[in-house]
Amino acid sequence: MYEIVQKQEMAKGTIIRFDINAPKIAAKIKPGQFVIVRVNETGERIPLTVADVDRFSGTITIIFQVVGKSTALMRSLNAGDFLKDVVGPLGKEAPTTKLGTIIVVGGGTGIAILHHLTKALKEAGNFIIGIIGAREKEMLILEEEMRLLCDELIVTTDDGSYGMQGFVTQPLEKYLGERHDIKEVYAIGPIIMMKNICTLTKKYNIKTMVSLNPIMIDGTGMCGGCRVTVGNKTKFCCVDGPDFDGHEVDFEELEKRNSMYLKDEKDALLFSIK
Amino acid sequence: MLEYDVKYLKFKTFLNTYCPHCNNSFNVKREGKELLVFKAIFKKQEIELLMSPYLDVFEMEASVPIQDGEKLSDLICPRCKTSLVTKERTCDECGSSVAKLIITAYSKLLPFFICLQHGCEWHGLTKADERIIKLKIPRQEMPAQDQKLRTHNFVEVPYGLTTELALLEAGRCLQCKNPKCVEGCPVNIDIPEFIKLICEEKFDEAAKKIKERNVLPAVCGRVCPQEDQCEQLCILGIKDKPVAIGNLERFVADFERKMDLVKIPLIRKKLNKRIAVVGSGPGGVTVAADLTLLGYAVTIFEALHEPGGVLVYGIPEFRLPKSIVHFELDYLKKLGCKIEMNMVIGNIFTVDELLQNFDAVYIGVGAGLPLFMKIPGENLCNVFSANEYLTRINLMKAYKFPEYDTPLPKGDKVTVIGGGNVAMDCARNALRTGANEVTIVYRRSRKELPARNEEIHHAEEEGIKFKLLTSPISFAGNDNNWVKGMECVRMELGEPDDSGRRRPIVIKDSNFFIESDLIVVAIGNGPNPIIFSTTPDVKLNKWGYIEVNPETMETSKEFVYAGGDIVTGSATVIQAMGAGRTAANAIHKKLSSTK
Repeated sequence: MYEIVQKQEMAKGTIIRFDINAPKIAAKIKPGQFVIVRVNETGERIPLTVADVDRFSGTITIIFQVVGKSTALMRSLNAGDFLKDVVGPLGKEAPTTKLGTIIVVGGGTGIAILHHLTKALKEAGNFIIGIIGAREKEMLILEEEMRLLCDELIVTTDDGSYGMQGFVTQPLEKYLGERHDIKEVYAIGPIIMMKNICTLTKKYNIKTMVSLNPIMIDGTGMCGGCRVTVGNKTKFCCVDGPDFDGHEVDFEELEKRNSMYLKDEKDALLFSIK
Repeated sequence: MLEYDVKYLKFKTFLNTYCPHCNNSFNVKREGKELLVFKAIFKKQEIELLMSPYLDVFEMEASVPIQDGEKLSDLICPRCKTSLVTKERTCDECGSSVAKLIITAYSKLLPFFICLQHGCEWHGLTKADERIIKLKIPRQEMPAQDQKLRTHNFVEVPYGLTTELALLEAGRCLQCKNPKCVEGCPVNIDIPEFIKLICEEKFDEAAKKIKERNVLPAVCGRVCPQEDQCEQLCILGIKDKPVAIGNLERFVADFERKMDLVKIPLIRKKLNKRIAVVGSGPGGVTVAADLTLLGYAVTIFEALHEPGGVLVYGIPEFRLPKSIVHFELDYLKKLGCKIEMNMVIGNIFTVDELLQNFDAVYIGVGAGLPLFMKIPGENLCNVFSANEYLTRINLMKAYKFPEYDTPLPKGDKVTVIGGGNVAMDCARNALRTGANEVTIVYRRSRKELPARNEEIHHAEEEGIKFKLLTSPISFAGNDNNWVKGMECVRMELGEPDDSGRRRPIVIKDSNFFIESDLIVVAIGNGPNPIIFSTTPDVKLNKWGYIEVNPETMETSKEFVYAGGDIVTGSATVIQAMGAGRTAANAIHKKLSSTK
């Protein structure tokens, strides 16, 4: 059992932040690695990339969007409640060496994962340009935290209610066109966003790392449900990833595989409401 | 003594007895009770002697009181008045003279001897006759759930032997002096001894006997391939079917559990040494149990949220009910062994870190990454590895969706690629989760199917189709990237390969299409890289499995041992347990010599 020590509702209650007491995991987890959470006895195993770690207090931070039955159930928990299982760290550590100037792009809850990564990239001594986007102002998360870590930060909203109006790709294209010292791009967010960014950076031939979130069960390489095609080879996201070279990833396949259980998810939600 | 002992003939407890001289029956019904009536000479007095015709209450009653140890001087047929005492032999237990009767068994008349000393329960046949009787009992089949009914539920298929059937089956054992079956058992259970205890109706003691060598009898009784191990070597198997050792093992384990007779042995000696076991599958559990009983402090680390390894994520509920696995693991916990869940060793602790806190480490992480065929279209939606398909259904209980949150893979026409036990499990799971048609595709012929006969038999009974000598070459999908079938080629068998099986060869231009909306790839597993990525000094073989000394299961790294699928590649539950046993002995030996 793992205690939730702090809960924060963000983005009109659709995005939730938990600080979970898990000292063993906190001692080991590196940026890019993820944990799998199971809420209760009947729950599914939910892979969630860690947004932050506090080694001193032994807590890890997870941020998730409420999309289905399991995440709705998680939202109903409060500080002081317990999660049945938290297992981790899983996956490989994201490479965070000093490269020079790096652009980090985050969309939606992807900003949460990006935050942990940016922290390490900053510690490694990189100059960091951040671009974060959301649908509207209320949906934007971790702006303050990102502002502290980034040397420059651009915020975009789809409806223009805050920051620049438009998608994260627009300021990114501007940077890529103007600055020629950009060594690498990190893009974490919805599949469509990562796909568009990769198409863009391919044009400028700049290496782009993405963090993938396929359907997963065990997270230890055993089930192969999380297989993705990277460079025409099948990779298991849980042991080979979750970070891959975005130019090699078959995003269309990932998108379709991720939509496999949409109907089931709806059914489950309806069942739980009844 | 043993060879004349017919205590094992409990099935025939009711004796029909006849006089060897006048052929009249001694059986008489008196006041509703079946009795054998004789005349006897006792202390020079002629008396009437009554005897029970039931072997298990073998006792005499006489018109005058007789004390234990006193002997009858004669036993006489009440009809022809001839003495029944014979000089052919004497009592094996007390040496007294014996009387000879004739009994019927399997429509044969056989000579039968009883001792004349009161209180002595010896009675016997000749050895040759006893063998005839035992050979005549057919192997008892386990009652099983109706084949139509069971495809709609997850209830265990075989119900297990009843007490009567178990006694009958146990009676078949010849109690060989040099039992071959024990040699066939990877953990060397004293098979004749536990069967003898069943014959004596000491079921709990029989269970205890098995547990001396095997901590998971209820599991092994269900999933061991006995036909390739102990039962293959059974002498009865030469002329007839072998003793159903597995079914008997299951019977006593179930009896002990259901009757709440499980006792936790007290471990008196506590050693100040700690052992880490990585993986709570059958191998890890064996190491843990053996070393806990020897007094070591054992901690098991399990990566998943439930202990049991393949027993919980792989083997389906209808073949091995999970409540049984939980029960057996509870026993281990009660012995004092710790099980820590959600611990992915290699990530949360490296093996080196474990060695700082433990005196030895056993790696039993089991099979790893599922193998795929590396053909086009394998990542289409609704193409699964057997591991994922089974894990969803067994571990995550997707068959209870939406009560349980993990979605169930659904298909109308399901195809399973592969011919092992795992493939059978997938196919039978598919049938139980709503598939209309389930087909197993295998590239060799029926003879080469690696699955257990029992599993193939059950699958066929349930209506699963087999497309043999067939191999897929690509998967086809619809516009939404969902699988709709696979292109296959026919195969023929060529010369035997290294494994001794005939190599399948593609028949040219034999392509054909199998329609299917859910495909499971069940062609085995490769090793899991997680633990080695942080432990580079454990030597691996060319397939990426751990290299060990087969005598001790020790790896190239001192105090690190390994066994099971991570050493051998996909194998059986009991083989993993055998490796665990070897490792436990070696660990104990090594740690006893190093202070």
